[in-house]
Amino acid sequence: MREPFIEATGLQFVYQPNTAQAVVALDGVSLSIDRGEYVGIVGGNGSGKSTLAKHFNALLLPTAGQVRVAGFDTRERDALWEIRRRVGMIFQNPDNQLVATVVEEDVAFGPENLGVPPAEIRRRVEAALEAVDMAPYRRHAPHLLSGGQKQRVAIAGILAVHPECIVLDEATTMLDPEGRAEVLAAVDALNRREGLTIVHITHAMEDLAGADRIVALEAGRVIMDGVASEVFDRLSETPIGVLEPPPIARLARWLRQDGLALPAGIHTVEALADALSRSHGPVERRDA
Amino acid sequence: MPDAIIACQALTHVYLRGTPLEATALRGVTVEVRAGELLAIIGPTGSGKSTLIQHFNGLLKPTSGNVRVAGLDLWGPDADRRRARRQVGLLFQFPEYQLFEETVLRDVAYGPKNLGLPDETIAERVDEALHSVGLDPARFGDRSPFSLSGGEMRRVALAGVLAMRPKVLVLDEPTAGLDPRGREELLHRIEALHADGQTFVVVTHNMDEVARLADRVVVMHQGWVLMEGPPNDVFRRGDELQRVGLGLPQAARLVQILQSRGVPVADALTIEQARAAITAALGGKHGERHGAH
Amino acid sequence: MELIRYVPVGQYVPRASPLHGLDPRTKIVATTVLMVVLFLAPSFAGLGLFVAAILVLLILGRIPIRFALQGLRPAFFLVLLTVFLNTFFAGGDPTPEMFRFGPLVATVGGLRNGLFVGARLLLLVALTSLLTFTTSPVELTHGLEALLRPFRRIGVPGDELAMMMSIALRFIPTLFEETERIIKAQMARGGSFDQGNVFRRAIAFVPVLVPLILSSFRRSEELAVAMEARCYSSGAHRTRMKELRLRTADAVATVVVVGAAAAVLLLR
Repeated sequence: MREPFIEATGLQFVYQPNTAQAVVALDGVSLSIDRGEYVGIVGGNGSGKSTLAKHFNALLLPTAGQVRVAGFDTRERDALWEIRRRVGMIFQNPDNQLVATVVEEDVAFGPENLGVPPAEIRRRVEAALEAVDMAPYRRHAPHLLSGGQKQRVAIAGILAVHPECIVLDEATTMLDPEGRAEVLAAVDALNRREGLTIVHITHAMEDLAGADRIVALEAGRVIMDGVASEVFDRLSETPIGVLEPPPIARLARWLRQDGLALPAGIHTVEALADALSRSHGPVERRDA
Repeated sequence: MPDAIIACQALTHVYLRGTPLEATALRGVTVEVRAGELLAIIGPTGSGKSTLIQHFNGLLKPTSGNVRVAGLDLWGPDADRRRARRQVGLLFQFPEYQLFEETVLRDVAYGPKNLGLPDETIAERVDEALHSVGLDPARFGDRSPFSLSGGEMRRVALAGVLAMRPKVLVLDEPTAGLDPRGREELLHRIEALHADGQTFVVVTHNMDEVARLADRVVVMHQGWVLMEGPPNDVFRRGDELQRVGLGLPQAARLVQILQSRGVPVADALTIEQARAAITAALGGKHGERHGAH
Repeated sequence: MELIRYVPVGQYVPRASPLHGLDPRTKIVATTVLMVVLFLAPSFAGLGLFVAAILVLLILGRIPIRFALQGLRPAFFLVLLTVFLNTFFAGGDPTPEMFRFGPLVATVGGLRNGLFVGARLLLLVALTSLLTFTTSPVELTHGLEALLRPFRRIGVPGDELAMMMSIALRFIPTLFEETERIIKAQMARGGSFDQGNVFRRAIAFVPVLVPLILSSFRRSEELAVAMEARCYSSGAHRTRMKELRLRTADAVATVVVVGAAAAVLLLR
């Protein structure tokens, strides 16, 4: 049985434990993520999703339970850099993760930290910028870039250390629709072409159209874990907590209630339009 | 025809004129904001939306053209721009980052205090404003603004501007970055205030919000007004919007795709309207199709 | 208001010139040496040689002379003050009087002193400006980092200092934008920052300073986490993508500087 890439078992995390302000952010989370999967982790504010993400690259260590990444226990101090090289993270505020005055120097930051030889760094920086379509901006100053461009530079910075997984910690929350589309496209391509494992933490269901699997968190617990379209359907049946299904999934459910025959798992405009025009369009069909 | 509280005529704005970084943000924009309406301003990034709204309260000066608030030219000889800021309230993006006081009450009072109002009036205004954003002054008043959630902080910022009782409230991307619950709460409050008669200008990227809230829409593109009108009219021109990089409310997009395929469904802006339109066109409980035309 | 964004940091003038192409370490060391020499220069003749040298360097660096002179303007007031104070108060041994102005006595010796010190001050500003005109902030940081590296062994945290400088430079424009945004937001709430006396204005800035400071704290925390996530650890051995390499031009420049320094010192 192949080992999963990321595995959390009975993960519990408490902020400021043993004090009066102790907060249980994660209360017994168990899940596993395979190599090459594109997983979305959704939840409202306070659901623990961001806390969970920070366990995947050992920024946080469990209060109880265990997290294993690429076979290493995150508590192993010697494995720390290896884990962080393999699991890169993009954060919510595009500005507060860019360190250098020039784009190509920021992308070089990771490899420089790892002691990669200069000529090799240069090669990696070029390749990484190409992969996210930001090569023409290599000499730009970061503050002149748009939000979406900054996040792509951040992604390039991760790619330059040859990771196996990218975690997006609400990385699209502060972006406008254009920026969001850019980042999602880049991440999608990395998953499909390079087989990178993607973990996308978000509270916006619409961001997860490309995800294979969705894990829903609430109050520090996993309340749903399954194939994306199934999760959308189930949420349209019974919204749980703050989680709302994509509006189209809700509309599809209403239309089914009104008597229109529609297949399950519809959550995009195109899918619904196709389903509706196919079975109910003006072109007469002899059989289904 | 309701009066125009704000009226811009041939408004042009050039940044950093005469320097190598010169850029024209607005080119001859003529637009007005009418009493009681909720006007949505949409447009791709760089279309000049942010520059435009900063002219409404005199934060930016036109390079040419003029801006009138309640009939008075903001940059004319008798101009009182401080008064204009009282009449036109402006809330920037991510306004929670402008909170600074020790308590919520004090922060919301900053605006009224700057207006030189007497203390009892200030206290009244603060109380009223907090209630209208759904924050109970008894529970939240003495708390530090920084102990609140993101959505709550944003509502404190909104209360801070409401407390000045502006004639027009201009909101720049009010729901940006909020989680679904926070967004719903805020939109609900805006709807309630609008129903009570507050005039709004909302700059947004979210077409579904426009569909839900707006009485009228202005579409900006590269510094000028591409089109304007009621949401239905504007969203019917889906191709033009797409060409400049704008989307449609999901319901409108769905319905337009169906219409283009010959399915006789009526226009819709929200998914509730889409439900009604689709069910009517394609048959309800019986699953039968009514004749196509 | 948007002019705030237009502050040229260090007044770097991007050009392709022999000076611009020199290794930043060479330039930093040369500037330091020349500054020391400047303070040791004993005569006007020596200063004259300096002026000639600076003019040659400006031409070599393709810096418009007028632009350079403009850069001296802020120092002018200080120079005038120096000349004035020296003329009237620094006579030293009895020297020929020039004139009296009530209780103030202007002496030739004092005037000479004043002019000498004043000229030295101007040359100091010109010298350091030459460095910042021809070396970008990024290069300066790299240069300093490389120069400080050998001092690691005695505890000088050169790499960390360079990282701090680099991050500060990176965020200066961002901070300017943020300040502008906060000022506008508070102005939209009726705040005004141009009325009243000094105290009033200072207090008026609290609604700008508090959010700015808070956001800076948040920013540094988030940045630190991001840097850790990218395997940064202070004290670790880091390689650099852009390695500084000394070339012939640097050797030539060094020889010239040493020669000039010797010449000035010998001109007693």
